[in-house]
Amino acid sequence: MYKNVIGKKSQKVKNIVEMGMVKRFADSIGDSHPLFIDEEYGKKSRYKGNIAPPTFPRVFDYGEIEELHLPNVGLIHGEQTYHYKRPLLVGETIYCFTEVAEYYEKKASIGLLGFIVLKRYGEDEEGNTIFTENQTVIITEAVRKELVK
Amino acid sequence: MNRLLDLKKGNTLSEVQLNPVSRLDLIKYAGASGDFNPIHTIDKEATKAGLPGIIAHGMWTMGNLSKLFTPYLEEGFIQDYKIRFADMVFLDDVITLKAVLDEVHEDYLNFDVVALKDNGKAAIKGQVRFKVY
Repeated sequence: MYKNVIGKKSQKVKNIVEMGMVKRFADSIGDSHPLFIDEEYGKKSRYKGNIAPPTFPRVFDYGEIEELHLPNVGLIHGEQTYHYKRPLLVGETIYCFTEVAEYYEKKASIGLLGFIVLKRYGEDEEGNTIFTENQTVIITEAVRKELVK
Repeated sequence: MNRLLDLKKGNTLSEVQLNPVSRLDLIKYAGASGDFNPIHTIDKEATKAGLPGIIAHGMWTMGNLSKLFTPYLEEGFIQDYKIRFADMVFLDDVITLKAVLDEVHEDYLNFDVVALKDNGKAAIKGQVRFKVY
């Protein structure tokens, strides 16, 4: 039922890797390493500054795909992957957008499951891709029936 | 601390056992990540969704698991991080984070990673490719 949205994208959104956000995020996953949160430590590191934890892109705004209508309840997060060209630097600007990469269905014991793969991109100011992310969301038959109602 | 490059296939990184999952952990993650789906913080919403109680954000567990590699981030970085969410994490679950070196290549190391629940089941599992500078 989501086949028609494959390839649809959101508009790019400007995001900044803010120190305050990085500190709060690192603390929330119990990973307040000085490389993430201590300016002096960061300056002396090979990065000449602080970097963000690898799952920090959870914080970014990727914009909305107009044609994609997902229910706000009952979705299951099945898989998540990140690919990085380099770590994110605290203070830098990243332009983010998202795309519907795939949709497929599989029979399971609890009924027909829908799998939607959202691909997300983070680019620097020159348009180089710094990271990509794939999020696989599972839509159960029960949730889909609600949607069609 | 050992250098990551000195590790051999089959070696493990230092395991980390988290404190029992608390509601405050999940409220903090909701605030820090912006994921306010109420099944992670509000009992009534979780039961309404057919769950026995609130569950941890899968991304909270994934975020925690990556910290096994944080001490090595001057030797390289996580180039690929792939996770499958296998089982739900509830309040008071005790999670143990593990990484085993699976393959050694000239410019990267592949690890199998897992966050185990105290019942022995994997909450999340997957791979980390650590690119060496």
